[in-house]
Amino acid sequence: MTEARTIRVEAISRVEGEGALHIRLQDGQLAEVQLNIYEPPRLFEALLRGRALEEVPDITARICGICPVAYQMTAVHALEAALGVSISPEIRRLRRLLYCGEWIESHALHIHLLHAPDFLGYDSGLDMAADFPQEVNRGLQLKKHGNRLLEVLGGRAIHPINIAVGGFYRAPRREELAALIPDFEWGLQAAIETARWVATFTFPDFTPPYEMVALVHPDEYPFNAGDLKSTDGRTVKMEDYEREFEEVHVAHSTALQSVRTAGRTSYFVGPLARINLARAQLSPTALRLADELGLEQPCCNPYKSIIARALEVVHVYEEALDILRDYQSFRPSRIGYQYRAGAGSWATEAPRGLIFHRYSVDEHGKVVTAKIVPPTSQNQLQIENDLSTMLPSILHEPDDQVALKCEKLIRSYDPCISCSTHFLKIHREEIPCRPPGV
Amino acid sequence: MSTRPTLAVFKFASCDGCQLSLLDAEDELLAVAGAVDIAFFPEASSRMLPGPYDIALVEGSITTSHDAERIQEVRKQSRFLMTIGACATAGGIQALRNWGDTAEFLQAVYARPEYISTLATSTAIADHVTVDFELRGCPINHHQLVEVLSSLIAGRRPRTPTHSVCLDCKRRGTVCVTVAQGIPCLGPVTQAGCGAICPAYDRGCYGCYGPVKQCNSESLGDHFIATGSTPGELVPLFRNFNGYAPEFRAESDRLARRAEGV
Ligand code: SF4
Repeated sequence: MTEARTIRVEAISRVEGEGALHIRLQDGQLAEVQLNIYEPPRLFEALLRGRALEEVPDITARICGICPVAYQMTAVHALEAALGVSISPEIRRLRRLLYCGEWIESHALHIHLLHAPDFLGYDSGLDMAADFPQEVNRGLQLKKHGNRLLEVLGGRAIHPINIAVGGFYRAPRREELAALIPDFEWGLQAAIETARWVATFTFPDFTPPYEMVALVHPDEYPFNAGDLKSTDGRTVKMEDYEREFEEVHVAHSTALQSVRTAGRTSYFVGPLARINLARAQLSPTALRLADELGLEQPCCNPYKSIIARALEVVHVYEEALDILRDYQSFRPSRIGYQYRAGAGSWATEAPRGLIFHRYSVDEHGKVVTAKIVPPTSQNQLQIENDLSTMLPSILHEPDDQVALKCEKLIRSYDPCISCSTHFLKIHREEIPCRPPGV
Repeated sequence: MSTRPTLAVFKFASCDGCQLSLLDAEDELLAVAGAVDIAFFPEASSRMLPGPYDIALVEGSITTSHDAERIQEVRKQSRFLMTIGACATAGGIQALRNWGDTAEFLQAVYARPEYISTLATSTAIADHVTVDFELRGCPINHHQLVEVLSSLIAGRRPRTPTHSVCLDCKRRGTVCVTVAQGIPCLGPVTQAGCGAICPAYDRGCYGCYGPVKQCNSESLGDHFIATGSTPGELVPLFRNFNGYAPEFRAESDRLARRAEGV
C-alpha cells in the first residue's frame, strides 16, 4: 500500500501572497518540491513594445522598487549595444557609483531588517531594535547613505530619474557628490562592524554542490561589465547568455524559471557566487576582512550569504569613496546616437544576482521586442533543489519548525523583498491512496 | 492591550516601491513603528495579526479576479483605507494593457499563457472599493507618507499639496525646461509631491504623480503641438505610470485620435 502525503506551505501571510511552497511525499519519500512565486503578471516585456527606447530605463525600473537601478543599468547597456554607442570612462565610473548606492541600500536593508532576525530569533528588524538598538540603527544609517547617494546622482532613491540611454541627463556637480564623503567615511567603518557582527552568527551546516555563476572582469568587482563565469570553470561571453541559459515556464509560477541549457540544471547567482568567483577583485579592506572572518574559498553555505552581503557593503563603500574623492563634473553627460534597427543584450549584477536584458529596436528608435531575466527566476530552481536536499532531514519535526526552516533557507537568497520575509504557513495532509491499477 | 492604532500594509500588482518608502523613512521609521501597532506588514515582519485594522495602506492595482475579491475583504477589515502610489490610484504602468490585447500580451511574455490567469485590465483600487485617502506618486514620497501617518495617528485628517509641479520648479529656482530648451514637460498638469526633480536634472516631468486637480491637459497638449511636437510623439508622455488616470487618459486618447487623423 502506498501512501501519499502533501505538505502545503501557503503564502497567506497577506490575504493572498506572492510565494507558496508545495511539498509532495510518496511513501514517506520526497516526490516533489515546488516554489510557487506568485506575483500578478504585469507583462512588462509586452507593454514595452512600441515605446521609445529612451523610456525603457524609466519603465523597467518599475519592475522592482527594491532594485530599480539594476533594471535601469542593464537596460541602458543593452540598448547602447543595440545602437552601437560606447560610453565614456567618466560615465562608466558614475554608473559604478550609482550601482554602489543601490547595493548599499538593498544589502543594508536585507542584512539588518530582514535577515538578521532569522539568526537572532525575532519577527522583524523593528522588533529586534529594542534589544539590538545599535545594530539596527547602524543598518538604518547605512541604508540611508545608499539612498542619499541615489538621490544626489539619480534624483531619488526609488525609481531614479537621471538615468539615460547614453549616460545621465545631468552629471552632478563636484560639490554635490563631495558632500557625501564624510558619511561614507563613517559608513565604511560601520560596514566593517556589521560584517564582523554577522560573522558571529550560528550557521546551519548545509553545503550542497552548487554551480555558481557571476559576471567577472579582470580588474573590477562584478557590476556592469565582463564575462559570465561559472564555478565549474567555464566562461561564457555576455552575448552568448541565451545559448547557455534558458527560461522555462513551469505551471506553478508566474515567474519564468531559468536553467542551464545543457542538462537543464539549476545554478546559483548572488553575493556568494560573486565572492566565490571574484574574491580577488574585492577592495583591499573587504578582502582582508574576508580572510579575517575566515570565509571559506569557495563558500557553498547559502546561509552565509549574509556574510557575503556584508563584505560587499564594505567593498562598495570603499569603491564609492574612491570615486567620490576623484570626481570632477564632466560633459557631455550623455553620448549622442543615431537610431538604427538592431538588437542588443547585456547582463549586470543586481544586489541579488545576475540580471539579463535583450532588446531589439527599429530605425525609429522604438522597441520591437524585449526580454528580461531577473535574478530571482535564475535562483528559483536552485532554491527548490535546496529545499529538496534539506527537507528529508527535517520532516519529522513539527509543522511550524519545518515552515520556519524552509523560510530561512529561502530568505538567505534575498529573493525579493516581498518573498524575503516570514510568509509561509504550513498545512500537512496525509492522503492514503491506492497504488495505480489496484 | 495596546491603544495604538493598528497598521496593515497590503500589496496587489505593484513593484513594492511604495511600501518600501515606509522603510526608506530611516530617520522616522522607529518612531512611526513605536506610534502604531504594526499588525500586518509582511514585507517587514512575520508578526501577522488578523483584522480589523485602523489604518490600511494599499499598494498596487487590481489585475486578477482573485485580487478583485481580496480588495473587498481588505476594505471590510479596514477602518481607514489609504491607497499608496500610482498603481493603486490609477492602475500603474501595467494599465497599458487596457489599450492593448491582454491575451496577445500574455502570448508575448509566456511560453504557456494558459498557465496564467489575469484580467484584461489593470484598474485602480477606487474602481472597486471606497478609498478614504489617496497618496500619489510612482513612487510615493516617504516624507509625505510619514506626514500623512502622523496626522492619522494624531486623529487629524491628512492633507497633501494640491498645486502643480510647475510651481515647485519656480520655488526651487529651476529654469523651465520647456521655455529654455523646448522639452515637453508635464509639470503644469502634474500634482506636486516629488520635489520637481526631473527639470532639476535637465529633463521634462513625465507625470509620475498624476494629474493635478482641474488640470488643462488638452491646452498643454496643444501647446506642445504648436511648438513642434507631433500628436503621435505626445501620446506616450501622457500614457505611462498614471496613463489610466481619467485626465491623462482623455488627453492621450485625444492625441492618439489626432495622430490617426480622426
Ligand atoms: S506606484 Fe510605482 S513605485 Fe509604487 S508600487 Fe506602483 S510601480 Fe511601484
